[in-house]
Formats: sequence, C-alpha cells, structure tokens
Amino acid sequence: MKAFTQLDGLAAPMDRANVDTDMIIPKQFLKSIKRSGFGPNLFDELRYLDEGRPGEDCSQRPINPEFPLNHARYQGASVLLARENFGCGSSREHAPWALEDYGFRCVIAPSFADIFFNNCFKNGILPIVLPADVVENLFSEMYSSEGYRLLVDLPAQTITTPAGDVINFDVDAFRKHCLINGLDDIGLTLQDADAIRDFEKNWQQKSPWLFREHRA
Amino acid sequence: MASQTLYDKLWAAHLVKERDDGTALIYIDRQLVHEVTSPQAFEGLRLAGRQPWRVSANIATPDHNVPTVLAERSAGVSGIQDEISRIQVQTLDDNCDEFGITEFSINDERQGIVHVVGPEQGATLPGMTVVCGDSHTATHGALGALAHGIGTSEVEHVLATQCLIQKKSKNMLVRIDGKLGAGVTAKDVVLAVIGKIGTAGGTGYAIEFGGQVIRDMSMEGRMTICNMAIEAGARVGMVAVDETTINYVKGRPFAPNEQEWEQAVSYWQTLHSDPDAHFDAVVELDGSSIEPQVTWGTSPEMVAAVGAVVPAPNDFSDPVKRSACERALTYMGLSAGQAITDITLDRVFIGSCTNSRIEDLREAAAVVKGKKVAESLKEALVVPGSGLVKKQAEAEGLDKIFTEAGLQWREPGCSMCLAMNADKLGAGEHCASTSNRNFEGRQGFGGRTHLVSPAMAAAAAIAGHFVDVREWI
Repeated sequence: MKAFTQLDGLAAPMDRANVDTDMIIPKQFLKSIKRSGFGPNLFDELRYLDEGRPGEDCSQRPINPEFPLNHARYQGASVLLARENFGCGSSREHAPWALEDYGFRCVIAPSFADIFFNNCFKNGILPIVLPADVVENLFSEMYSSEGYRLLVDLPAQTITTPAGDVINFDVDAFRKHCLINGLDDIGLTLQDADAIRDFEKNWQQKSPWLFREHRA
Repeated sequence: MASQTLYDKLWAAHLVKERDDGTALIYIDRQLVHEVTSPQAFEGLRLAGRQPWRVSANIATPDHNVPTVLAERSAGVSGIQDEISRIQVQTLDDNCDEFGITEFSINDERQGIVHVVGPEQGATLPGMTVVCGDSHTATHGALGALAHGIGTSEVEHVLATQCLIQKKSKNMLVRIDGKLGAGVTAKDVVLAVIGKIGTAGGTGYAIEFGGQVIRDMSMEGRMTICNMAIEAGARVGMVAVDETTINYVKGRPFAPNEQEWEQAVSYWQTLHSDPDAHFDAVVELDGSSIEPQVTWGTSPEMVAAVGAVVPAPNDFSDPVKRSACERALTYMGLSAGQAITDITLDRVFIGSCTNSRIEDLREAAAVVKGKKVAESLKEALVVPGSGLVKKQAEAEGLDKIFTEAGLQWREPGCSMCLAMNADKLGAGEHCASTSNRNFEGRQGFGGRTHLVSPAMAAAAAIAGHFVDVREWI
C-alpha cells in the first residue's frame, strides 16, 4: 500500500449527497480480476455521455461537458470534496481502487458510509470527516478560486487552505499508523497468531460444530 | 455481568484481542466467497506466499455474473458468452481448486446467491460471525449471527488470519410492534424503516430488529429485513434467536449433527438481548399502520406508500434532500404529485438476495395465478435464489403458474438486481423490482428502478402499473 504523509493537492468537487458506489464505479467494470486500471471509469455514468464497456479506450468516448471533473480547472486533482454519506451502497473495493487509480488520495466529506470509509484506508486513501459547515466553506472557497489547493498533513492531522487557515481533523490511531507507514495489516495481525490460535482452541471446545469439516 | 444486547454478546464471544488503540481483533467463523470481490484477494495471498488460515471456514459459489437463461447456462462456465464474466467465474473455480475451498459451482443444484445459499445449507448458523465481500451479508443476521459485508482487502485478511480488525459499533433497536395487515410483507416493513430513518440513519450502528412483527415473521421474512440494513447505513442487521430460528436450522447439511445439537441449541437460546440491555438508539414503528411500499427515487429512502403521490422538492425542508428529490425526479422521469399507481412499467424483476427465497416466490405466484402479464410489459423475470429454491418451487408447481401467466422462469443468480449478466434494463425503462437498490444505473444504464415486495411486483406485472396488492387479496 502507498504510504500517506503529506499531500499538497488540487481540490475538485463531487457536489451531491449520497454518492453511491454504483456511481463511483458501475458494475460492468467489476468483472475485472485485477485491482488496477479502474481510473478511466471513475464516475463513468456522470463523466461520459454513452454507456461504458469494460476494456474500451475511454479517450474516444463523448464526455459530459457539465461534469466538473471534465473541466480544465480540475485536471490533476487529488483531493475530492464531497457531501453527506459518500460511498454508500455496496462493499466493492473497486470504488477506492477507481478513486486512487484516477489520482485521488484524499476525500473530504461531512460523513461517509462505513464500508467505503474502511476500504479507503486499505488503499492509501485518506477519508476525512469534517463538520458540514466546514465542508460547505471549503466548497465555496474552491468554487470561487481556480487552482484551489489543500495541504493535507496526516501526521499533524491538519488541512491548510490557501489563505493559511488550519483545520484539524480526527483519525483513528491505528489507521493513521498504517497509512503513514504504508503497512499491510495482514502482517500486523499475524503478529498475534498465537492469540488467534489460543482463541480458536477455546472456541472449538465451546462450539465444536463450527469446526467440522464439510466437503461438497 | 452487566446486561448485554445481542450484538454485545456476539462481539464478546468472538473477541480475540483488544488493542490499546481502541481496535479489536474479532474471530470470523464463516466467510462466504463469490466471484466478483475475491480474485484480487486470492491474488494477494499468492503474491505474499500465504495460505488460508482455516480453509473449511470458507464456502464459495458464483452468483453475480452467471447467466440465468437455461440455454446459455447448461454448458457451464465455458458456455458463458460474455468473455470477462466467464473469466471471472472460471477464476473463482480455479482459486477454490488451488486453495481447497468448498465451492458450489455453476450448475451444482446447491449453487445460488451467497446470501440464499448460506442459510439454506446451514453454513451460516446462529452465534456465528459471518463475512462476505458483499454488503448484503447482513442477511445472515436473521439467524442471530453477527454478519456484515467487507471489502476485498478484508476478504484477503480473513482468508489469511481468520480475523478482522474492527471497532465496535453502537447498538440500535428497531422495534416493530403490532400486526401486519394482509398483503403487507417483510419488504414493506424494511422499506418503511429506511423511509423513516434514512439511508444513513443506521451508519455506525448494529441494528437489532425486534418487536411482535419480527417475532411473528418467518426466517425468510427476517432475512429480507436484515438484508436491507445496509440500505439504512448499518453494516449489521440482526434478529434474536427463537424457536423459529432453531426449527429453520435443524436438519440442514452444515448444521450441527445429532450429538452436538443439544449443546448448540442451549447456546443459541442465550442469543437475545437482555431485557434491560442498553441501546444507543431506539426506533419504533407500528406494524399495523405499514402499507405496501414503492420507491419513487434513486435512494431506498425515497419511498412512499402505494396510495401516495410522488413528492415535490418543496415538500422537503432540508436543502440536501430537496435537491436530491429534484435530481431524482428528473432521472426517474416522474412529476411531483403523480400518483404512484400511475407509474407504468416496462419490466418486472422478482429475485435477488432480498426476495428470491421460496416464500417470496409463493407470495408472487399466489398473485399471478390464473392471470396474464400486461401486454405493455417488455419482460417479467422470476429468478430463484438458488438451485434448491428452484427445485422446491418446481415441485410446488410455481414455475408453471409463472410461465402460464407470461413471466419467465430463470436459472438462479443475482441477475437483474445489479445487471452484471445479460439481464438488464434499457435506458429510461421503469422496473418493478424486488431487489434492494434503486441507485441510478443500478439495473442498467439509464434504468429506473422501483423497489417493492414480491406480491407488489407480481401485481404490477399483471396490471402494467403499480396497484395496491391489498385490493387483490
């Protein structure tokens, strides 16, 4: 996993509530057995005017001129400003894979859906929850100034705006540690292999029916 | 010991280790695996040179991509016409072979939608922790299990360690008392709950569904309700164990054998919230006042009683909801004030992990029996949740009732719920669907989904537009 420490990134808007994972990456792209290459199909149904097909060259497709990510001023954005309940719906990790592949490393919203929020941390993306009025303020500053960049500092847990305002944010200590160090949490869990084995042995005594072997 | 909720008990029973940072290591008893969210997890294991921690804890079946037309289906994996779907299903077979995981493959009669297959096989049981790379895993909570959806990285984590790193959720009780009216079903109950608390109302909570309506409900109905907990934002939905649960489990292939049965039952009988357990939030609904529900918008919370009209943006004081309503009406091609019963339909879909169990099919068949599908309809599909549901339905003659009425009887799979196979909506088409999500494009590019119960979908198939199914019974 890519480590995340500081990010000085151009901000772009996804200005609607309840953005679901079907919207982030439509189902036809979930047929891939890889975990990369989803960026060109991020927000596919909003970004293009036609129906996307897996494996096609997206540079030839008609783009939706009204969709902000197609505007010149937001090209190269790596911070996504979003609204309430971002990432609701399915558990597909293809959603953070698509965001990351496109170039987003940080999503800021008043609230996130649980599974999506969790999936972001597994993929080097920092989701930040801020109060709705603070997010609203970031949106209006971004709209009124082209080239609006945010400096996101994970170790310090701060966001600095172009005007120099500093916004503090909360992040779970374990997730912060993994993200800063780019750690694979399977390796960390396996450090507790003895505890898992002890638990398992005890649990098997209490609930032997859970440990019977079944064969199809 | 202090009073505990059902969730508190299940959590405590599976706690391997609490860490100083507030996270916990939770042991996972069962992982269900399907073709869409697992290939990258198996690839991760291979790259790291890891083996599954406990192979027998995993059970796999392909469901999202499988064709539902018999002709395409009968040749097995090699007959899947869409090449990338075929590769994905084949990859599941290959991975299960390589790692030794039990799989109900494409034409095994036990194949089906993971959330139908698990309980049907007794592979998901009361008191278990159950995970799957699919957000509708909460379905299994109906058995008194702690079940939730996870992402692919966590699928790999569970394969490799049999554990998940978790933070405990808050407790919410959704209590539905009273008695449901005739023609009102579990689907209407859960849609009414989502309409009340909103699509993010359960975020951060584990929801326990309780009250007289739930106690009176069959296991199939409880599964329908827990299935859609995620549509209210909650990863976990649960129902306490009672006689209904225990009778349902008994005799299933993966259920405890005779020697273990009494021991298992005496544990399962403790799986309910203590009378004075603390819930962080309590939501109450009167079951007798719930009416058949129809979604009119692009989020499951955009729902109304069948006798109501499509709302106007100005009906919402919250500016976020107002603009969402405006956008939804445009996408759905509906006008404010239009009667729900005036929405005409192009297709009807009866199926999905929400509503494809035998009881759902009986409910739909009872409505269409002896009637004909409206001529204006392009297609009406009935897709059973598993090969065994299909077999049971055929033994009861339900397939004949459907086909004589003009509905198509298909092979089991997820089908048009999310349109990863060939079953999908065309742009602008309205569909009465027993599935769980009405998001933009969910059932096909530009498609317009209305979520309803199987009985309501069946009635809509006959009428060609929504009708109040209570008038038909």
